[in-house]
Amino acid sequence: MSDSSALLSLHDVSLVHGQQTLLDRVNLSLSARQIMTIIGPNGAGKSTLLHIALGLQKPSSGTVSRQPKLRVGYMPQKLRINPLMPVTVSRFLRMSSQRRMSIKHALARVGISHLADRPLQGLSGGETQRALLARALLCKPQLLALDEPAQGVDITGQTELYELISALRDELGCAVLMVSHDLHWVMAQTDTVICLNQHVCCHGHPSAVSNDPAYLELFGRRHAEALALYQHDHDHRHNMHGEAVDLDTGCHHHHD
Amino acid sequence: MVRPLISTPGATTIMIDILQHALIAGLILATLCGPLGALVTWQRMAYYGDTLAHSSLLGLALGLAWQIRLEVAVLLACVTIAVLLFALQRWRNTSLDSLLGILSHSSLALGLVCLSFLDGPAFDLNSFLFGDLLAVMRDDLYLLAGIAVVVLSLLFAFWTPLVAITTNADIAAVEGRPVDALKLLLMLLIAATVAVAMKVVGVLLITAMLIIPASAAGRLARSPEQCALLAIVGGCLAVALGLLSAWHFDSPGGPSVVLGAAVIFLLAQLASQFRRT
Repeated sequence: MSDSSALLSLHDVSLVHGQQTLLDRVNLSLSARQIMTIIGPNGAGKSTLLHIALGLQKPSSGTVSRQPKLRVGYMPQKLRINPLMPVTVSRFLRMSSQRRMSIKHALARVGISHLADRPLQGLSGGETQRALLARALLCKPQLLALDEPAQGVDITGQTELYELISALRDELGCAVLMVSHDLHWVMAQTDTVICLNQHVCCHGHPSAVSNDPAYLELFGRRHAEALALYQHDHDHRHNMHGEAVDLDTGCHHHHD
Repeated sequence: MVRPLISTPGATTIMIDILQHALIAGLILATLCGPLGALVTWQRMAYYGDTLAHSSLLGLALGLAWQIRLEVAVLLACVTIAVLLFALQRWRNTSLDSLLGILSHSSLALGLVCLSFLDGPAFDLNSFLFGDLLAVMRDDLYLLAGIAVVVLSLLFAFWTPLVAITTNADIAAVEGRPVDALKLLLMLLIAATVAVAMKVVGVLLITAMLIIPASAAGRLARSPEQCALLAIVGGCLAVALGLLSAWHFDSPGGPSVVLGAAVIFLLAQLASQFRRT
């Protein structure tokens, strides 16, 4: 895969830890503006793959190449901050070493301007994810790398967060590489799905992947049918969201 | 007004000198421990500080055996151990928690055993274990001040990146910060501070001076910088309290200072409760 136009490419990347093979000869190539989602069961090595792609971890073998001076906005799975560390949201953003956007603008863009002076540890799950996303935006990324961005966020919040990520991608024109369990997102927004279980079981456009025998075997029929359902019935998805949002309008206002 | 032990004018000036030296040494240490202790607390590196402190006894044994200046020997030993631990962490690529637990206490034991073989005439193990604040000489102060200036300037210069990797090392790395180099820097700064602190509070209580003022400040501060400054203030108050107690009740200096810090921690805790209600 010597695609020179690729932002990021992995060639035969393996990771071995003792006797255990965590990743087995993974190949992938991400081009500008492409949206790629990594799905797979727990322990499949999704986060590890993302870490290797970003250079946070070294593979045992294989090569990782990133476009020189690639600006990456990274949103980790969880922000573990010691409760004794006093950090406000805006101070957290000021830690960024490559700022190409004002902190005010970044906060406004993810809809948490009102939280600028709040301590980071006091935020809800959804608010924390938005703060992380704001930090990732500061460098005006060419690649957004997101590790389960909707983790710890309630259902309504998840939909909103994914919609926000889609909007941001269109605005910035960046590529997105993310680990996600959200089938709505995978079906509606993703260009390429990588189905990972130590090795790449199958990859391609979501509609192709959802019929792939390897995918069916990995996720089981029920899960696979769910994916197929979302693919074939988009109106249904919107109806369902409408109902879910109605149930939760009480805590909805502060996201606007 | 201080109370002289012997009521002759000459003795009074000597006592004032001793107190002055002790106070200056304590204040230098508190100033170092404020910002550094904050970083150590946030990164949960207390065990690491213990390991360095305990292995400084080894440095002491070496210094005595080779008859070089003890502070220099301790400094060298701490820096060497810091580099070794850093290399080990990189190599294993895992948390050092259990390994540190083993290293910390076995190095303390090894240091004690080595020292017992070297037991010279003018050697007082207690003063190394618990510090000998009232024995700080003018020469010691110069060395303390020299190390403090170097450590504080480095802390000042690299404060923002150090805070960034403390908050989240992965994000900082993706943003292009040299995370490994910064981690090594932090470890070396702690090593230098441990060498300084040994004289003041002793091997067994060094970590306390890093952790307690910073933890107290963390309850009140609103930003990392505020926390570092408050930790300095808290540490200085602890030194003053400890010296006062050492002077009036003839309590041992190092432990008194640490107790002073504990009192300040309790007060900070109360203050933060009060503020919240």
